[in-house]
Amino acid sequence: MTPVFSFLEQHLELTYIVILSIFLGVEVISRVPSVLHTPLMSGANAIHGVVIIGAIIVMGQASEENYLALILGFLAVILGTVNVVGGFVVTDRMLEMFKSKKSK
Amino acid sequence: MLSLIYLIGSVTFIIGLKMLGNPATARKGNAIAAGGMALAILGTIFLYRHHGQGLHNYGWIIAGLLIGSVIGFISARTVKMTAMPEMVSLFNGMGGACAALISVVEFEHMSDTLADTTGSRMQLGIIFAGMVIGAVSFAGSVIAWGKLNGRIRDVSFQGQHILNMSVLAVIVLLAAYVTILLPSSTVILFAAVLALSLVYGIIFVLPIGGADMPVVISLLNSFTGVAAACGGFLYNNPVMLTGGILVGSAGTILTILMCKAMNRSLKNVLIGAFGGAKPGSASKEQGAYKEIGLSDTAVVMGYANKVIIVPGYGLAVAQAQHACHELETLLEARGVEVKYAIHPVAGRMPGHMNVLLAEADVPYDKLLEMEQANGQFTTTDVVLILGANDVVNPAAKSDPSSPIYGMPILEVENARSVIVNKRSMKPGYAGIENDLFFQPKTSMLFGDAKQVLQQLVAEIVNSL
Repeated sequence: MTPVFSFLEQHLELTYIVILSIFLGVEVISRVPSVLHTPLMSGANAIHGVVIIGAIIVMGQASEENYLALILGFLAVILGTVNVVGGFVVTDRMLEMFKSKKSK
Repeated sequence: MLSLIYLIGSVTFIIGLKMLGNPATARKGNAIAAGGMALAILGTIFLYRHHGQGLHNYGWIIAGLLIGSVIGFISARTVKMTAMPEMVSLFNGMGGACAALISVVEFEHMSDTLADTTGSRMQLGIIFAGMVIGAVSFAGSVIAWGKLNGRIRDVSFQGQHILNMSVLAVIVLLAAYVTILLPSSTVILFAAVLALSLVYGIIFVLPIGGADMPVVISLLNSFTGVAAACGGFLYNNPVMLTGGILVGSAGTILTILMCKAMNRSLKNVLIGAFGGAKPGSASKEQGAYKEIGLSDTAVVMGYANKVIIVPGYGLAVAQAQHACHELETLLEARGVEVKYAIHPVAGRMPGHMNVLLAEADVPYDKLLEMEQANGQFTTTDVVLILGANDVVNPAAKSDPSSPIYGMPILEVENARSVIVNKRSMKPGYAGIENDLFFQPKTSMLFGDAKQVLQQLVAEIVNSL
């Protein structure tokens, strides 16, 4: 267990972020009407697309001769971008329909 | 500067998610989160420094971003409303795959420099976690996607859960073994864990019934969030961490909320009373059902005072929302009061019916939520059920042995008469018989929802 503790101590800020984010996520979502579950899921789906940042970093640090890393990183960037862009656009489309019926 | 951008990004995610929870602000919330994301991505590209060094391979990065944006934008814009849950599942799978790939590359990076230090071990552990969770999420999402569009059937067999648990146990043990003991065959073992994770993702989703896919997608969604957060730990990157964990915890709560809307527990969904192993009381003797023709239906509805339409998945499959709206306006013009009763889990995802009907410009105030609708059925002359089944099954109230027992339903049997449009007498997604169809006040109107509705409209226009 000691390595885990020392790791947590070294990354105390990140650990704080994790714990606070967990509570925040729970707070933010509770009491949402069931009509919005799907757009919310879709929106959350787009947000976890932040993983794209990791893909960009991987790609940007890969050495130019390392083809495996380049190809996998490239694939990761594409997949991550599809997740982000597609996720936000699909969510917007879903919500657009809620909007149009509200305004009537 | 970059850390400031990341801070802004994190805050927009929180605000965005919060606003998504309210119908009035949801769209703005989505845009805010998207803006924060764009900022974080641009900031990373131009400002990221590691040991004072910026990124390179800009050509690859920009090309990847462009290709991904085009694919994502076009597929999201062109997908049919009915296929949206599948699309979300697929996007989620891509996020998972992205996280898994990052772990693979990072592993390749560090496999030469693996040292017997705590830092190195913890890093390896995080790489493993990101890879396993990402791969499970990817494989599971692809299966969920296949199930929703009908390409993949439910598969269940005896001892399946034991097999699943064993595979999961092997994954965890192998990963722990490599991380703690650092054996010389690390690369092979890493590949084995990757393969097993993909297999686990598949066998985890395979036995779960198609009707429960929204819950599964929501769960896999939160998995991907956690996988993204692993990347945050790996790169000491706060925005990945906030975004990932936020989705992880929010997604878990959302999953539980969805289960609650069906009055079931998450465990029940995953281990599955719907798994199909026990047909319950379905085999019991059923009475005869009564059919009704189009012209009779037209008369019954055309001269009713109040009609409530109950849409279900059949409406979505047949793309019948416009025909349905047409029927509604026609009936309204004849002085019939028309309402829609929306069960929270009608269709394949919560809110599915609202989205569909909104697409056909059905006014918002015509949609009744379940509680409202249940109060109005007693004063309703005709209930028209369009491809809904389990959400109107009285067994949920009366038969404790039914797998859906306890789920709140639309109490359509309180109306004066019920007309059920279905393609056949086949049971619904949950695979259970519906006593409603055999009740004396129920008549069956067989056929594809869209065709039936169009013919009904023509019938009313021509003959009444």
